[in-house]
Amino acid sequence: MTHNNKAAGRRGEPLVLNRLSKYFGEREVLRHTQLSVAPGQFIAIVGRSGCGKSTLLRLVAGLETATEGAITVNDKPLNGLSDDTRIMFQDARLLPWKRVIDNVALGLPPERRGDAMKVLEQVGLADRANDWPARLSGGQRQRVSLARALVHNPRLLLLDEPLGALDALTRIEMHRLIEDLWQASGFTALLVTHDVQEAVALADRVILIEDGRIALDEVISLPRPRSQGDAAFAALEKRILDRVLQKPPAPTRESFTHPIDGESVWPGLPFHGVRWAV
Amino acid sequence: MTIPNSELSTMAASVHPDQPWVGPDTNIPLSWHKFNSVMRDIWQRLLPWLVPVVLIVVWQIASRLGWLSTRVLPAPLEVVTAFWKLAVSGELLTHVQVSAGRALAGLAVGGGLGLLLGLLTGTSRLAETLLDSSIQMVRNIPALALIPLVILWFGIDETAKLFLIAVSVFFPIYLNTFHGIRGVDPGLIEMGRTYGLSRWELYTQIVLPGALSSILVGLRFSLGLMWVILIVAETISAQSGIGYLTMNAREFLQTDIVLVGILLYAALGKLADVFAKALERYWLRWHPGYQPA
Repeated sequence: MTHNNKAAGRRGEPLVLNRLSKYFGEREVLRHTQLSVAPGQFIAIVGRSGCGKSTLLRLVAGLETATEGAITVNDKPLNGLSDDTRIMFQDARLLPWKRVIDNVALGLPPERRGDAMKVLEQVGLADRANDWPARLSGGQRQRVSLARALVHNPRLLLLDEPLGALDALTRIEMHRLIEDLWQASGFTALLVTHDVQEAVALADRVILIEDGRIALDEVISLPRPRSQGDAAFAALEKRILDRVLQKPPAPTRESFTHPIDGESVWPGLPFHGVRWAV
Repeated sequence: MTIPNSELSTMAASVHPDQPWVGPDTNIPLSWHKFNSVMRDIWQRLLPWLVPVVLIVVWQIASRLGWLSTRVLPAPLEVVTAFWKLAVSGELLTHVQVSAGRALAGLAVGGGLGLLLGLLTGTSRLAETLLDSSIQMVRNIPALALIPLVILWFGIDETAKLFLIAVSVFFPIYLNTFHGIRGVDPGLIEMGRTYGLSRWELYTQIVLPGALSSILVGLRFSLGLMWVILIVAETISAQSGIGYLTMNAREFLQTDIVLVGILLYAALGKLADVFAKALERYWLRWHPGYQPA
């Protein structure tokens, strides 16, 4: 009982990144990243593939250690994995040999299985509790994965492109669900995405990472729930997208590989009309 | 399905008698069609059994007429009688028990060791570097090539048989356990770590279940090998067991009992495979490949 009461009173954690740098060998992925997130804020991090946004998330999760700089969560320096932080991965990463309810209850003490069922109800999958994950659709799997993260009452939820593989309709449904659950629980959220529309739909602040640095920090003050057909929404989305696409990766004469991620880039790619950052 | 007969016959009447037959004969009552399709179904099921049954009948007749010497092959009915007599006297059960006991003891020792070492080398890089290449070298020695050495070491009694079976079932289980563990999705293990699972929980809830399908493949290979090695070991020398039964019968030219022994080995092998398959169906019931459609 005490746990539940405590959970209800819990708020999101403030998060501060101070001159955070990360190298993989010689390769610099993040350089001197400076970011401060208020408790309960919803941050979306956008950027091209390989810009370092996923690395940033993994650093905050404690799955990687920074080469330089520090991460402070709730005014305490981050030291490895934290019980108050949960991640939702790009692939749902459900255990195929556990039924849906057991996946949600992963890592929970047995007496809290009831909570798992409650959260499963919140994501609308209570009737699938005893199914195998293999029987679920992609969207349902991500909903189970969301439930699995939320049952721990995280104070910081990290979302690593969790909706990237879903179809457009399911994605819009998931946006609503994530927004509702975030508003109800008040956790701090960090969403990594390559979909600018998704970022504008969900976030209080959209942050663009370019070549390992924060290139844009845009506050989104549109009232919630946000409608994607809205003119202000569309204008904002266009502005950020234009900014994302503004700096084409400069190909050199010797090679056409991107200096950061090593991916080949076709020079002079016609970016106009490309909805997704490549 | 309840069209009255009178209607059917009017439909039939509309077909011109001179015209060639173009469809099912609607003049026949529907129940007859149903009966026909059931019969066809039964026929389809029985058809694969036709050749074996004919062979056995021909064999029986050939033996009766003296075309086939009982020294070569006894009549099928004699084999059945021999089986029955052995079963009633209790001899059959004793020998089967002894043989199955040997096989299972060898499997428990060799398979258990294979599982344990596979788990160890699969989990720890240090253990892999230390042990794996040595194990791979020993793996290339066929277990049966060890027979002379094994006889020198253990004589010809139970220990020798147990050793041979254990050695041969060790490798399939070891290899498949090792590869099963290495094949577990690292993403799932990472997920488990971020969800606060302890090392033990990670092992029992993610690594082992993830390796299980591979381990079971190893078990099925091992079960096949287990019977082969048992047969060889029991044929070399035994005081009891199915091998003893058949070798003893061979001395007295009792081909019917020899055949009973051979069929017993076949049945035990099949039983082990059915058991392993049932294990797969139960333990891998989460796997789309093992779910009923």
